[in-house]
Amino acid sequence: MELYRLDISEARRLLDKKEITVKELIDSIYQRVDAVENKVKAFMTIAKDHAYKMADAPQKTINSGRSLSLSGIPIAIKDNMCTKGIRTTCSSKILENFIPPYESTVTSRLKDNGYILIGKTNLDEFAMGSSTENSGFFTTRNPWDLERIPGGSSGGSAAAVAADECIAALGSDTGGSIRQPASLCGVVGLKPTYGRVSRYGLVAFASSLDQIGTITKNVKDSAILMNIISGKDSCDSTSAPVAVPDFTRVLGHEIKGLKIGIPREYFIEGMDKEVETSVRDAIKKLESLGAIPVEISLPHTDYAVATYYVLATSEASSNLARYDGVKYGFRAEGKDLMDMYMNTRAQGFGAEVKRRIILGTYTLSSGYYDAYYKKAQQVRTLIKTDFEEAFKTVDAIVTPTAPTAAFKAGEKADDPLQMYLSDIFTISVNLSGVPGISIPCGFTSNKLPIGLQIIGKHFDEESLFKIAYAYEQSTAWHKRRPNI
Amino acid sequence: MKYEAVIGLEVHAQILTDTKIFCGCSTKFGSEPNTQTCPVCIGMPGVLPVLNKKTLEFVIKTGFAMNCTISPYSRFARKNYFYPDLPKGYQISQYELPICEHGYTEIVVDGNVKKIGITRIHMEEDAGKNIHESASGGQGGNYSFVDLNRAGVPLMEIVSEPDIRSPKEAAEYMKKLRTILRYLGVCDGNMEQGSLRCDANVSVRPAGQKEFSTRAEVKNINSFKFVEKALEYEIKRQIKVIEEGGKVLQETRLWDSNKGITESMRGKEEAHDYRYFPEPDLVPIMVEQKWVDNIKSSLPELPDVKRERFVSEYGLSEYDADLLTDEKPLADWYEEATASYSLSLSGSKIISNWVKGELTRLLNEENKTIEECPLKPKQLAEMLTLMDKGTISGKIAKTVFEEMYKTGNDAEVIVKEKGLVQISDESAIEKAVDEVIAKNPKEVERFKAGDEKLIGFFVGQIMKLTKGKANPQIVNELLKKKLL
Repeated sequence: MELYRLDISEARRLLDKKEITVKELIDSIYQRVDAVENKVKAFMTIAKDHAYKMADAPQKTINSGRSLSLSGIPIAIKDNMCTKGIRTTCSSKILENFIPPYESTVTSRLKDNGYILIGKTNLDEFAMGSSTENSGFFTTRNPWDLERIPGGSSGGSAAAVAADECIAALGSDTGGSIRQPASLCGVVGLKPTYGRVSRYGLVAFASSLDQIGTITKNVKDSAILMNIISGKDSCDSTSAPVAVPDFTRVLGHEIKGLKIGIPREYFIEGMDKEVETSVRDAIKKLESLGAIPVEISLPHTDYAVATYYVLATSEASSNLARYDGVKYGFRAEGKDLMDMYMNTRAQGFGAEVKRRIILGTYTLSSGYYDAYYKKAQQVRTLIKTDFEEAFKTVDAIVTPTAPTAAFKAGEKADDPLQMYLSDIFTISVNLSGVPGISIPCGFTSNKLPIGLQIIGKHFDEESLFKIAYAYEQSTAWHKRRPNI
Repeated sequence: MKYEAVIGLEVHAQILTDTKIFCGCSTKFGSEPNTQTCPVCIGMPGVLPVLNKKTLEFVIKTGFAMNCTISPYSRFARKNYFYPDLPKGYQISQYELPICEHGYTEIVVDGNVKKIGITRIHMEEDAGKNIHESASGGQGGNYSFVDLNRAGVPLMEIVSEPDIRSPKEAAEYMKKLRTILRYLGVCDGNMEQGSLRCDANVSVRPAGQKEFSTRAEVKNINSFKFVEKALEYEIKRQIKVIEEGGKVLQETRLWDSNKGITESMRGKEEAHDYRYFPEPDLVPIMVEQKWVDNIKSSLPELPDVKRERFVSEYGLSEYDADLLTDEKPLADWYEEATASYSLSLSGSKIISNWVKGELTRLLNEENKTIEECPLKPKQLAEMLTLMDKGTISGKIAKTVFEEMYKTGNDAEVIVKEKGLVQISDESAIEKAVDEVIAKNPKEVERFKAGDEKLIGFFVGQIMKLTKGKANPQIVNELLKKKLL
């Protein structure tokens, strides 16, 4: 049996029935990694020794008959979440050898639940990008077509799940960084409500937009992981004191009578025809399951990308100031302090990171602040209001996740604006803080996955799971596997 | 021409919390470098600040004491600049929406009461310390060290309106501020150790002119003695510039206490652009009215009110009341002694004299504060009662008091042990009187001939004979009876 192909619930069943051991499952995962990783290149760090060391405790828990939902489940973590004693690079030269002396809240919750850390996955440097081409080290490949990128920034996590190099993964999403690569890799990616999951230990890109979420083989696995990572954390003031339901309970509930908003601004001239067809078919499928499609408008959609790139870069310019060569990470020599600062940051950061630091520094500068940062905050409020208005009449909103399927490596690498448009359908969700999930909804003629995005109300991940699960159970897209 | 100075002060006060403002590290002064640090206060990747509620409480307390409005909605902001002692590359401070605004305090200068407006009071974190030393430990080497023990220690910045018109007023204002902060127990007020720091904005204008002139900011006034000196120098300097036909520059100047002058540090062009923006890692502060009301009702009696009460309740002069209420512990000591002694006005005055006189003298000799005083207020009251009962004389009392201070023993014990009980037995004193008269026939002759001053000589001789224990009143009566 190819154990690496299991999902969380199936692995759980086999482990608990003692048909397999934790070690066997880890063995199988690393065999798969050995077989495909040189092609996919999903991992920054493969934590093999550490993983086997982690195996004993959950095996004992299982043997005692009191297994937890993740006891012995091999999971990959995007390399921008701090893992104590395991290097955490953000795929940046500036943190190449950084080993955190502390654990992020999400991984410590997974740990308490008996997970096995398989490795740390590649990303666009500091999560800035949509293809992993901005990684300071290498580009991850899309398991469906190795010529193509997996999307980003959580491209390593999405590719690792798609290629069965782990059972599930965590990613982070600032403007679409979970949903877009999930869509491009044919897996399920959830960005929870801002504040649902603690950001403590997530290396900040844009603090008011960053949110940790799941990348999984199916909807149920996402719900299982969310049960563990969600909830108020005293170390993160922006995590919300909102009760966490058992997200798996709504799976299988009917969606009859649910109103599903179709925003006209998301179906525009020039969008990829195959993407549009798949998404329209998915809407018909939902209708056949009893949902009621309603055309709606999110009038400020056009301003989302511009707003995002002002706010995200402003926050990033400040968040990344700490990488100055003084305390940890990479340091370049210099003839004096200023010289050391400049050399360190010039050599330590990649082009896209520098571009965003410069943009953000500019938009916060005195004399420009009102025209850019402040204006963008005002537009952000309008975009939020768009969603609030829409959710007065609908229960969820359905859109494509990305305007195209996976593109070829190098295709957009030299055109940042073109690259930024990859997130055109996902960015508004971060700006308004609501949750969004991407699930597979078809394939292009090139056999590339297409994703459907479902957007919900604040803290209503349950509706997303209910709808996504109903759709998934009535289709077979998620069962297809790349051939590598 | 006559000139008028316009001065506004920005005072940084270190808040007396046990732990730092955004993490649990200790704020203790003087520990080994970098021993009171954690991932949060040294700005490691991915960590987040959490506000210490005590800080907020202490600042609100101060706000009430300075007659400020407490903002129901307030926010932190990031102040961005690069410096090795600033681990995150930004300081978390408050900018647009400080917690306290629109207050005032009153000072008394040359007998006149003057109101000084308080623009705002806000919270922020302190930076660390750079130590410039060579690797071998000598001065002036090529290396600098960074100690981050102080990074994250809570500060409040108290900004006055430009209402101050003279260095003397500035000094009075600083004194007043220090007294209030110490009364509230929110800051120890030690300028030399840096827990109270003062920057001054200074300009001069021709007397009668309404508009403000260009101002210079004077930094590094690090001692109470220098507040007046630095301002006097700066005002003279600016007047000289104007009278010589020059222009005062908008610049930052450093006070050099060794040279007794201010020197230009940076001009307007080199001024930092701090790129303030709202801190996205902390939620806005919305204080609960009930909590704020509780803080208000728990405020101690403030110095102005206490001073007035000491005048009316204890019949003290303004001068004495001011002296006794300058430090709350001293006022408390005084009140406790008075309460244990007597309710009559003369009693409270007697205590005031002892506190101002003997007690202050003894404390000063050992450089001790009233809090370190080994003597309990009740012990003074008991000693005074012994005097009233005639057990000891006033003269002996001073000896007893000093002995109580040194040993901590009660007056009664000391009097017994040292045999200091006053002799009021008439027959015993008569013996001594007779002896002195018999020994000094010449003086008796002169006295009888009219040299009445000699009465002092006789009293002295009798006291010497009785080791100072004879009741002086009885001695006088007996002498007069025998000699006249």
